[in-house]
Amino acid sequence: MSDGHIAWMLVATALVLLMTPALGFFYGGLVRSKNALNTLMMSFAALGFVGLGWALLGYSLAFTAGTPVIGDISHALLRGVGLEAQGEIPQILFMAFQGTFAIITAALISGAIVERMRFGAYLAFLTLWGLLIYAPVAHWVWGGGWLADLGALDFAGGTVVHINAGVAALAAALVVKQRRDYGRQAILPHHIPFTLLGAALLWLGWFGFNGGSALAANESASLAFVNTMLAPMATLVVWMALDVLRTGKSTAVGMATAIVVGLVAITPAAGFVAPLSAVILGGIAAVPSYYTLLWRARTRLDDSLDVFAAHGVGGMSGALLTGVLAQQSWNGVADGLLFGNPRQLLVQAIAVLAVMVYSGVGSFLILKLMGLVATLRVSPAVESVGLDVSEHGEEAYGSGEGAILVPSSDLVTAGSAVAPAPRSLRISGGDA
Amino acid sequence: MKLIIAIVRTEKLNDVLEALFRAEVRGLTITPARGHGGETEQVETYRGTTIKMELSQKVRLEIGVSDHFVEPTVEAIMSAARTGEVGDGKIFVLPVERVYRIRTGERDEAAVTPVA
Repeated sequence: MSDGHIAWMLVATALVLLMTPALGFFYGGLVRSKNALNTLMMSFAALGFVGLGWALLGYSLAFTAGTPVIGDISHALLRGVGLEAQGEIPQILFMAFQGTFAIITAALISGAIVERMRFGAYLAFLTLWGLLIYAPVAHWVWGGGWLADLGALDFAGGTVVHINAGVAALAAALVVKQRRDYGRQAILPHHIPFTLLGAALLWLGWFGFNGGSALAANESASLAFVNTMLAPMATLVVWMALDVLRTGKSTAVGMATAIVVGLVAITPAAGFVAPLSAVILGGIAAVPSYYTLLWRARTRLDDSLDVFAAHGVGGMSGALLTGVLAQQSWNGVADGLLFGNPRQLLVQAIAVLAVMVYSGVGSFLILKLMGLVATLRVSPAVESVGLDVSEHGEEAYGSGEGAILVPSSDLVTAGSAVAPAPRSLRISGGDA
Repeated sequence: MKLIIAIVRTEKLNDVLEALFRAEVRGLTITPARGHGGETEQVETYRGTTIKMELSQKVRLEIGVSDHFVEPTVEAIMSAARTGEVGDGKIFVLPVERVYRIRTGERDEAAVTPVA
């Protein structure tokens, strides 16, 4: 342990935590204004629910020896997680850094079920998913599990985070089913500047995500950091070109999406490929995600904010290209197909498939079982009025017109939040 | 000629437009509106402040029609905007003294007849 390593990892942890609210803004801008708060809260809620689940149990399931499939509960409730060294940093910091990954991974799924899922059911799913799906997969790849033994390369979470979340999102969209208006009316983003702001903050946070995944302030962190800058640049340029070739215009939503796809794709490769390879990887990765997105919108599959196209497909491109472009002279670990090691591509493919099957089937089962004991969707009436007012009793863009203050004495006597309706219509004086 | 003013639920607007186009009613103006029609007030809470939203978001449509188009227009709006709950809105039919089409200077019936 040294001060330098610890200082960088403290900053990296904060950067990754910022990505979850950033994701909230990215998603929040893409939905209709009547669901803006609900969508933002789906990401923000993950900070509490998944974060606590991680500290109390998930960390132990992921990062204790246990079996090749799952860890044990010896670190449950943070028992034995202290200031002792875990690599170059104190274990307690390692736990926090990994916790920020669990949070954003679970929050990513929300993009598939916005504008229709009951908030309570979502919170339950989110919490269970963090423990039952995320923790085991993190154990397989990073916690000394079977994919680590096999030699799968995943620098910062192409399989653990992005394929995992992308396929879970697909399962969630299938179980929760499409929005009532989907395919019947045009559903437009209500605030694209939020989406661009979210993409910018995600990129900033991703320097901590990939750079921090070296778990030290060293050469590997520098390589991952620079590749995190280069790859999305290439994705952005290729994406804009595809947009222009198809419609004659480049788009803001397209640009925000391209940045995320590039970041997703470089995630597994960040510390394993040469900078020029990162540019190539970022450019190539634009194509499959771009066309998956176009295809998805023509189907009945309402993965509303295209989590699968961006994170599932982007993650697959990145994980497989890692097996092609990895270079031992840069990473000191393994070569890929282009550098004389075809086996690496096979190992990457096995990792991709294993995570797809486990996450897809597991997430599907969790939601189906939850559906037996609880209602997953809001009623049609709530869906048409919007989830902000119905689920949260708030409006994102309320003008205050027509808002009447309920005196606190009424609340006490009525014993509920609903006071008797006044006979006449009164307009409140000030701005509510 | 009549002026039809309809106030409908925001979330029903698309259904209403679809019904109107199917009834071959073309040419209309819509404006966002807020109003109160006896529906239950939505309770909202912001920190310690609890409020009741007395005005709910509605859409107001204005359609100038010739006399024989009044019934189909009212029918279309009525069936498309109805949910059965309080707050479905109102339809007003008003007499109109004169109508001009600005582009051509045509007046009355000719001015509210869509261009073929």
